[in-house]
Amino acid sequence: MENLSQILGRLGGVYLLPVGLALGAFVLIGAPASWATLTIAGLSMGMMVFLMASGLSLIFGLMDVLNFGHSAFISFGAFVAATVLSALSGWVGADSVFLNSMALVFALLAAISFGLAAGWFFESVIIRPVYHDHLRQILITMGALIVSEQIILALWGGTPITVLRPHFLEGAIILGNVSVEIYRLFAFALGLVAFIGLYLVLNRSRIGLLVRAGVENREMVEALGFRIDRLFIGVFMVGSALAAVGGAMWAGYETLITPALGGEMMIVVFIVVIIGGLGSIEGTLLGAIMVGLTANYVGFLAPKLALASNMILMTIILLWRPNGLRPAVK
Amino acid sequence: MSAPVSKPTVGDIAVKTAVLLIAALLCFAPFLFQDVRALEVAARICVFIVLVASYDLLIGYTGIVSFAHTMFFGFGAYGAAILLRQMGPGWDAVILGGLAGVLVSLVVATAIGLLSLRVKAIFFAMITLAAASVALVLASQLSHFTGGEDGITYRAPDVFKPSFKLLTDENGKVLRLFGVKLNGKLAAYYFVFASSLILFLVMLRVVGSPLGTVLKAIRENEARAEAIGYRVVAYRTFVFCLSAAIASLAGTVYAVWLKYTGPDTALSFAIMIDILLMVVIGGMGTMWGAVIGAVLMVIAQYYLRDLMGVAADATASIPLLPELLNPDRWLFWLGIIFILLVYFFPKGIVGTITQKGGRG
Repeated sequence: MENLSQILGRLGGVYLLPVGLALGAFVLIGAPASWATLTIAGLSMGMMVFLMASGLSLIFGLMDVLNFGHSAFISFGAFVAATVLSALSGWVGADSVFLNSMALVFALLAAISFGLAAGWFFESVIIRPVYHDHLRQILITMGALIVSEQIILALWGGTPITVLRPHFLEGAIILGNVSVEIYRLFAFALGLVAFIGLYLVLNRSRIGLLVRAGVENREMVEALGFRIDRLFIGVFMVGSALAAVGGAMWAGYETLITPALGGEMMIVVFIVVIIGGLGSIEGTLLGAIMVGLTANYVGFLAPKLALASNMILMTIILLWRPNGLRPAVK
Repeated sequence: MSAPVSKPTVGDIAVKTAVLLIAALLCFAPFLFQDVRALEVAARICVFIVLVASYDLLIGYTGIVSFAHTMFFGFGAYGAAILLRQMGPGWDAVILGGLAGVLVSLVVATAIGLLSLRVKAIFFAMITLAAASVALVLASQLSHFTGGEDGITYRAPDVFKPSFKLLTDENGKVLRLFGVKLNGKLAAYYFVFASSLILFLVMLRVVGSPLGTVLKAIRENEARAEAIGYRVVAYRTFVFCLSAAIASLAGTVYAVWLKYTGPDTALSFAIMIDILLMVVIGGMGTMWGAVIGAVLMVIAQYYLRDLMGVAADATASIPLLPELLNPDRWLFWLGIIFILLVYFFPKGIVGTITQKGGRG
């Protein structure tokens, strides 16, 4: 038994969970083609959720602030991107890959810059006065969430909005007898790029070193003379921008968005962050992929259970590891 | 922070006078305000006072933030609603439904509490939020039981029918007292009023008891309370269960009054936000705050929208402003008020007033 756990630990420990999940599902599903489709769908959903959740987790890890208003960034990102895409509808529908991708780039850039600006505003106006006071933080960010949802309703109205997808992301590739939607591949790739970027910045750069030191012991970093409040604002802005990009990607995935989108995704994001453990992006990635895979497998195997599947997954993992799979915060 | 026994301050007396006045107004509401809408408002105020006070037991007295309070409210409401539809109108259905609601609430609350109250407060908030949203989705999906998005319509026990005559005059017509018909509607209102009053008094007793003191100790300094020998997790779980049970009973009462239960009236996240606003506006950590917060918010809900409609028409020529002044956007303004209150008056109306005159 001990040998077994040592071997598992050497092979990757908790990182083996998604693999185990995928293998178990393979046995249960039986048909390799549908299994592959579901796995790819689950991975790409996981990556999009990772984009939304990583900011929340980082902000919590560094600043000890849990932003209940995070979902507002997701919704705003989705709506800003949708607006830009519909304004550039000529480019989006054009047959040239260049114009298509320019429209996409503009949409994502709009979402990113919105996320950066809103994150700056949020941090300096809403959150700064209530550091170190969890109760008031929860209340204030909740209040901010209410206000931002109402602003979305006032600006875009309550009716669902159709999101245009750039032409070159439509359709599917057929590999053997498995058809893979291009949009899913794109979402997966973008999430992967974001993860690698975050990972490199956090683990290989000087700023990342400071951020990790700040997570570990804030006072010490301050005592060494670093301006940790600037770091806070930076992390908050990046986290919000990631959420906005996640929202924009999700909007393209759903193709029909309502102002309730942020609230719906927020629950999934919370579950991911709880499963993964607050404060670490590896944990968040792990949690996001677990949630994405479980949602797709359970949706196929037992559609009735699909709604509760995330909740069940969270309960099991919390019973096993009360602080999540890979917490960075003590 | 609740009533100091020895020297009541001026503000303290003011708050208690206000609460007594509210209680008197609610007690004679059917005679004072003789229109249907006012009675609806009064009943909603009664139920929400209980709901908000039970939430205050959690957030104000123990310092834990739960977002699952409407879930428990919904359990009670749906328990009564489902049984009233299955068994027909009768007291047995109401009592069984209420008990079933309380039982489910207790089981779920214990499970959530033991699972997550050990860890950080923030974890607990997230987990309750997730649980509440799952409950909401389940209610709209399991439509054979819950009626889905449409909810359930049913009949309340016969005593509460508007056509039921409590007292009759010699001609067999409904007797009138001060011009008010003594019919089932009146009985229903007093059912709501009396059960709310009882539940509120129970909570007042709990808060004043030694248990209440322990809870405050846990809120003020968790480590110290633990060191003195109080088992913090057990106390927290107990309070969570207690407030869940009371919320569930409030849900049953409200279901009997409305004769309709659906996601919007019993489970929606909007109600949770209402409760939060009421607690913060009234003042956390005092039962009186719950009364004042609930009264102000419910009245605002019913009458502020009319006012906003007028304001929106008046500003129709200015861009964006009419959109924000649209009666549907009233939460926008409440949200802003909420943020400002948390910044500047974290103790709420009651907490701030009670402090006034403290040194005078």
